[in-house]
This record gives sequence, C-alpha cells and structure tokens, in this order.
Amino acid sequence: MHWNSASEFFAMGGYAFYVWGSFGVTALIMAVEPIVVAQRRKNLLSRLKRQIAAENLAQRSEES
Amino acid sequence: MSNRLINWFKFASPATFYPLAGKMIPWFVALSVLFGIAGLYLGMFVAPTDFQQGEGYRIIFIHVPASWMSMFIYLVMAFWAALGLAFNTRLSGMMATALAPTGALMAFLSLWTGALWGKPMWGTWWVWDARLTSELILLFLYIGFIALQSAIDDPRRADKAGAVLALVGVVNIPIIYFSVKWWNTLHQGASVSLTKSPSMAVTMLWAMLLVALCFWMYTIAVALARARNIMLERERHTEWVRALLAQPKP
Repeated sequence: MHWNSASEFFAMGGYAFYVWGSFGVTALIMAVEPIVVAQRRKNLLSRLKRQIAAENLAQRSEES
Repeated sequence: MSNRLINWFKFASPATFYPLAGKMIPWFVALSVLFGIAGLYLGMFVAPTDFQQGEGYRIIFIHVPASWMSMFIYLVMAFWAALGLAFNTRLSGMMATALAPTGALMAFLSLWTGALWGKPMWGTWWVWDARLTSELILLFLYIGFIALQSAIDDPRRADKAGAVLALVGVVNIPIIYFSVKWWNTLHQGASVSLTKSPSMAVTMLWAMLLVALCFWMYTIAVALARARNIMLERERHTEWVRALLAQPKP
C-alpha cells in the first residue's frame, strides 16, 4: 500500500482538486450515460406499447 | 452449406441481434467493473509517486484510456459507417449511431482531464497546440455526426450522410496520433508505443491498460444498449418488434 492514511490519500500530494476533478467527472459521466440510455428505453417501450394498443382499439371500433 | 459455417449476415438482422445484444450486455458490464476495480486499485494504491509530477500524474490513468477510446471508437464508428455504405445493411448504421455519443463523451473526458492535468503541470488549462487542437476537432466531428443525423428525418438517409462525414473525418485520427511527432508541441510524446518499450513503470502501465479495458467494456455495453433502443425505434412497425412488445418483459 502506497498511502499512510486516508487523509493523505484524499490530499493527493496537493493535487486533490485536479485528480478528484478528473476522476469525479469521469465517474459522473459513466454513471449518468447508462441511466439516460435506460430511461430512454423505458420511455420508448411504454410509447410503443401505447401506440399498438391505440391501433388495436381503432381496428376493433372499425370492425364493430 | 455445412452446419459448421456461421452465417454472419444472420447477425446483421436486428431481429436476431436484438436478443443477442441483450444477453451480452450484463457480461460486458461485469467485465468493465472487474477491470475498473483492478485498474483503479493498481493506479491509486499500488503505483508509486512520479518523481517529476508527484501525485498529480495519476490523472493519466483516466486521461490516456479516455483518449485512446475517443480515437478507437471513432475508427469503429467509421468502420460500421463504411460497411453500411458498402452493403446497405440496416444494423451497420445503427451501430455507428449508437457509438457516437459515447465517443463524444470520451473525447470530452480526454480534454477535461487533460486540462486538469495541464493547469498544475504546464501552468495553463489549454494551449492551441497540435495534439489538443486535433483532439478538440475530434469532439466536434462526433458532435457534427450526431447533429447531422438528428437533422435528417429518414433514418436510411441520415445513416448515409453520417457515414460520409465519419469517413471524411477519419483523416483526423492519424493526425491526433502522430501530432506529437510531426509538430513541436507542449504535449508529451506517447507513453506507450508499439515500436519501443514503454517509458514508464510496469505497475503504472498495467493500471493504465486495465482502465483502458474497463472503458472498452463499458463502451461496448452502453453502445449495445443504445443500439437496442435504436432498433426498437426504427423497426417499430415490423413483426418482430410487435411480437417482442407483446411479451411481458421485452
């Protein structure tokens, strides 16, 4: 192990702002991007299901 | 045809690729997490302090993998685009479209971490030097690709227009890669080169390679997930999507 204490680790030898600024934004992007894709999928599925249901309804009312 | 031969064109059909991609995504996520933990452990806890740059050098464990991925994703995107132009396969355009946002994010991360490294080491966030400027152009190429595709309503025409842009932009990739050799730049030379042995400690090198593998697996997973969305959206009038949506868990 390279560090003697947790505070030494977080201080990064005086480069804390630059190191954690890099790692933080990377972590944020890699967390948000999959969430956005998953959210998009959820919206898409419900929209497509609604469309199909609406088409089926229109078909049935035409038949009756 | 013998059974031993795999018909690769079969996988070019969204109806077969959609469930296959769905099965592959969790594996790539798992690999990405494993490589990420291993790489960050090596990079943040085991790798020694750099004798010139102190602890600030640890930014390269993200900066270099993100830069590699930004260039590599562009090449893969251009490859799919070319395949789409040549064979007119539906899947190719979808893959190119699915890769672009992740490529743009990697290019952004490369510039962002580069700026955060440049400030303490060079004393400036940004210089208009060859390496930095060509990487910025790469980010603009990704954004241009996304903007162009979303401006065209017909997906097949959007694919074609995007493919031409992607292929023209490929010329920028060797410019980025060799910029530190061709021009006098502030940016340091390649840390890892194919022709000579790397100029860095073995633990640092391993940490960087593991994080690069983590980013690679992440990119595959998120691009496959996005490609699945695009498939559903574009093929919503087809039988296979209808059958899929009728299932309880599509």
